[in-house]
Amino acid sequence: MSTISLHDTHNHDNHDDHGHHKETFLTKYVFSQDHKMIAKQFLITGIIMAVIAMGLSILFRLQLAWPEKDFPILETFLGKWAEGGRIKPDFYLALVTIHGTIMVFFVLTAGLSGTFSNLLIPLQIGARDMASPFLNMLSYWFFFTACVIMMGSFFIQTGPASAGWTVYPPLSALPTAISGSGLGMTMWLVSMVLFVASSLMGGINYVSTILNMRTKGMDLWKMPLTIWAFFLTAILGILSFPVLVAGVVLLIFDRSFGTSFYLSDIVMGTQILPNEGGSPILWQHLFWFLGHPEVYIVIMPAMGLSSEIMSVNARKPIFGYHAMIYSLIGITILSFIVWGHHMFVTGMNPLLGGVFMITTLIIAVPSAVKTFNWLATLWRGNIRFTPAMLFAIGMVSFFISGGLTGIFLGNASLDINLHDTYFVIAHFHLVMGSAAIFGMLAGVYHYFPKMFGRMMSSKLGYLHFWITFACAYLVFFPLHFLGLDGVPRRYYAFTEFEFMQKWVTVNILVTWSAIIAALAQVAFLFNFFYSIFKGKVATQNPWGANTLEWTTPVERLHGNWPGEIPTVYRWPYDYSKPGAEEDFIPQTVPFSQTMSSNMPHDFEGNSESERIQREWEEENPSADASK
Amino acid sequence: MSLRKFISNKTIAALAVILTAFANTSAFAQAAAAETAKKPVDMGPIYKSVIFYAMAFLLVCLFVAIIGKALKVYELTREAQDKPKGIDWNKVNGVLFALFLIVGLYGVYWEYTVHGNMILPEAASEHGKKIDQMFNITLILTTIVFIATHILLFAFAYFYKYTNKRKAYYYPHNNTIERIWTIVPAFVLTILVLMGFLTWRSIFYKIEDPNNKPISIEITSSQFAWAIRYAGADGVVGTKNYKLITSTNALGIDFKDKNTLDDQSADEMVIPVNKPVRLILTSKDVIHSFYMPHFRVQLNTVPGMTSYFEFTPTITTEEMKAKTNDPTFKYLFLCNKICGDGHYKMQKEVKVVSMAEYEAWVKEQPAYLTDDLKKEFNIPVTPAATAVAADTTAKDTSAVKTKQLALKN
Repeated sequence: MSTISLHDTHNHDNHDDHGHHKETFLTKYVFSQDHKMIAKQFLITGIIMAVIAMGLSILFRLQLAWPEKDFPILETFLGKWAEGGRIKPDFYLALVTIHGTIMVFFVLTAGLSGTFSNLLIPLQIGARDMASPFLNMLSYWFFFTACVIMMGSFFIQTGPASAGWTVYPPLSALPTAISGSGLGMTMWLVSMVLFVASSLMGGINYVSTILNMRTKGMDLWKMPLTIWAFFLTAILGILSFPVLVAGVVLLIFDRSFGTSFYLSDIVMGTQILPNEGGSPILWQHLFWFLGHPEVYIVIMPAMGLSSEIMSVNARKPIFGYHAMIYSLIGITILSFIVWGHHMFVTGMNPLLGGVFMITTLIIAVPSAVKTFNWLATLWRGNIRFTPAMLFAIGMVSFFISGGLTGIFLGNASLDINLHDTYFVIAHFHLVMGSAAIFGMLAGVYHYFPKMFGRMMSSKLGYLHFWITFACAYLVFFPLHFLGLDGVPRRYYAFTEFEFMQKWVTVNILVTWSAIIAALAQVAFLFNFFYSIFKGKVATQNPWGANTLEWTTPVERLHGNWPGEIPTVYRWPYDYSKPGAEEDFIPQTVPFSQTMSSNMPHDFEGNSESERIQREWEEENPSADASK
Repeated sequence: MSLRKFISNKTIAALAVILTAFANTSAFAQAAAAETAKKPVDMGPIYKSVIFYAMAFLLVCLFVAIIGKALKVYELTREAQDKPKGIDWNKVNGVLFALFLIVGLYGVYWEYTVHGNMILPEAASEHGKKIDQMFNITLILTTIVFIATHILLFAFAYFYKYTNKRKAYYYPHNNTIERIWTIVPAFVLTILVLMGFLTWRSIFYKIEDPNNKPISIEITSSQFAWAIRYAGADGVVGTKNYKLITSTNALGIDFKDKNTLDDQSADEMVIPVNKPVRLILTSKDVIHSFYMPHFRVQLNTVPGMTSYFEFTPTITTEEMKAKTNDPTFKYLFLCNKICGDGHYKMQKEVKVVSMAEYEAWVKEQPAYLTDDLKKEFNIPVTPAATAVAADTTAKDTSAVKTKQLALKN
């Protein structure tokens, strides 16, 4: 450990990359251009949005569990949307729509990628900041504006968008079809355009930073898996989000300027609309061309974070580092050609259905490789159960459970009966909802010391994990069976169908589990905000990790390293290497300082190094025997 | 500042905030009630129950805080006495993972047997049987993987929990193993893909058997109702055009097309067993989804686009009642794509009956072409029964025309 203390924290004169400028409150906390502060802004906004979206889900879960019961308290807060204490059908649809939108875009895309890409990319590749700090700042403020507009739609007469988070036209295009398709939908679309702009600015920044600003020695194959995940996620975002904007702009045209991109042959009641020649299916193609990569945009950062955290806490190198990267690349490429599996039963040409089924099931292969590699990483490890590690293991469990049901849904023939039922709800809430949020929480617990210089309480973390983990399964596991009984999603109440009534008791169990899971988040929120101010002060490398971010001082300087940026000599996963003094060797330690633990393949065929190593081993036969 | 003190201060502060919030809202509510002179709702007990739940939760929080504090005190005293660390949290969590595995496995078993018995009965259609078969194969394969990987995951968590006596095994990669677990899933998935692909083709690419022509039924969805149109004696569902939709001609049927003249409307879908049915799916306003869960049939109805689904029912309603042991059993179809406020209500009953019953039923169904529509389309009000009467058609039409003119005038 002593070998890497290259830092002299007082040596501010060497801090030459950044001129010293006076920082006001405004430039430090609000319009900050420091990637670490922007990461925190993304995180806290993401947490607030997550709490809101969770609250919305509790509201509609109440309705599903007790469809015949009045909750007068709801009227106090929601007014005409819950007249007599019962949520109205159109507001119910608004709730599910906004819950989905917030969770997918604002929490699991911006909250997850925005936070950890911003925080970790410069720190883990050894850069002072992002390639364009200003663009980075804009990225946050576009995101923030998008959040404000989306939430603003709750305060208008006709209510928020309520055509489902996929906003399929014509329902989303015609205010006469549903009240949420009035001003609420316009706000949804505007918010989404701003969000995509934010996401693109972020993505371009991440990619250019990773490609251009790596420190000396940090070649692509020495980058931690987190960076690989963020890199590929950013590429996915850059290539797919613009398509959503295209779709959104056309929808705005259809809604406001009388065009017919998505509309044709529509009669509302007896009023014949003039639109001709459009196709609602076009929207679905455009939406899912983003929408499917989007679920990988959500899950890949969680995968990267979990890989890193599992390796650190199992005190073992990640198993199959190269395979992990190739599988990420495979997922990235394949995710562009699977979007049609959301459309098997839309009336799309059945030939396409067959093709999309093939590509969809192929994507299960890299996912399986990742899962097995995680399991192999745990095997014969020496696992420290920090809260972050618990959440990483939980993430793997959810990824398996939810991923396997994807094999049903990806199969076009099986999808005929499962499409848009609760089976789908259960599937994606496990595989991209719970798994991604667990990856995010793992990241928060793990990198909290890097963000705030303090530690979170691990005991509250355990409490948070176990309640959330158990309750998430209690919420989502039974929902599969509702789907297998043919219960459709987005149903306001199960009262109209005789065959659904047997599921109301299950709904009560699910709702109670959801409420308990939501209350368990109080443990997290308290822990998070309390520890920012009062947590135990962190040490520089509290987890004994190898990556570069743990070589920066606890004080979190603007520019990250007070002195020179450290040079990287090895891959990030040298944990418990035989012959080493400690059970971890940071990336900044050259092989010349670890002669007793070097292995032949460490030198990547460099014959000079191999010769030096051989000579050393001949001189020190005892060290060699200890391996 | 000790944690306990913090908690108690916080608790009191939080309580105060909640109380003031409720006091305010109740005051507002009262004012509002007085203003609009609505029937007064007594919010007192409601607020009491809300406060009760809030207090109960705060009590739980307090309880957690006290336990946390006790644990901390315990650990500090152990440390002060130079004894080994009080609670080995790695062990606690490792054991919890093992317990979670055992309880979870039982839970999965319980779910499969209890909730698994509440799902749809066997498929009541020819292609549905293939789907069910493939579902079962997929279910068995995924359940094996699900159980096995979870046993490994949680067992590793339990067995390899941290001890300072051991060092983790440095094992960065093994190409052979990785190749195996790439190729095996790829192989299994290839089989599933092939099966799925062939089944998919067999469902959507039907070769028509000239001796067993399907019955055509047209379904039109609108907010929030289904319209069913039978083809009538000619077996052809006539054309329609959305521009012809009026309050009398709700589907916009174009009666200039002779095929439409015998089309019938029906309130429920009655289909004969073992006879192929060709569904013609259309929508009037937004996208809906025609979903018949018992027959494993689903296809969206899209405005501006007609889609088709052909299937053959194999079990009559009566047989299904016996099979499911449920005398109230009903087949139905419902809407499975978000379409507006009334989405959760769109349904129609389906009856699968014998051919004879079907033929008797179908005769009873009214024609779409009502007298009002006949006037609109200049069709004789009394249909031509014989060939001789056909001559009078022209005259009748002109008569109608003159009548209409007379009306207009």
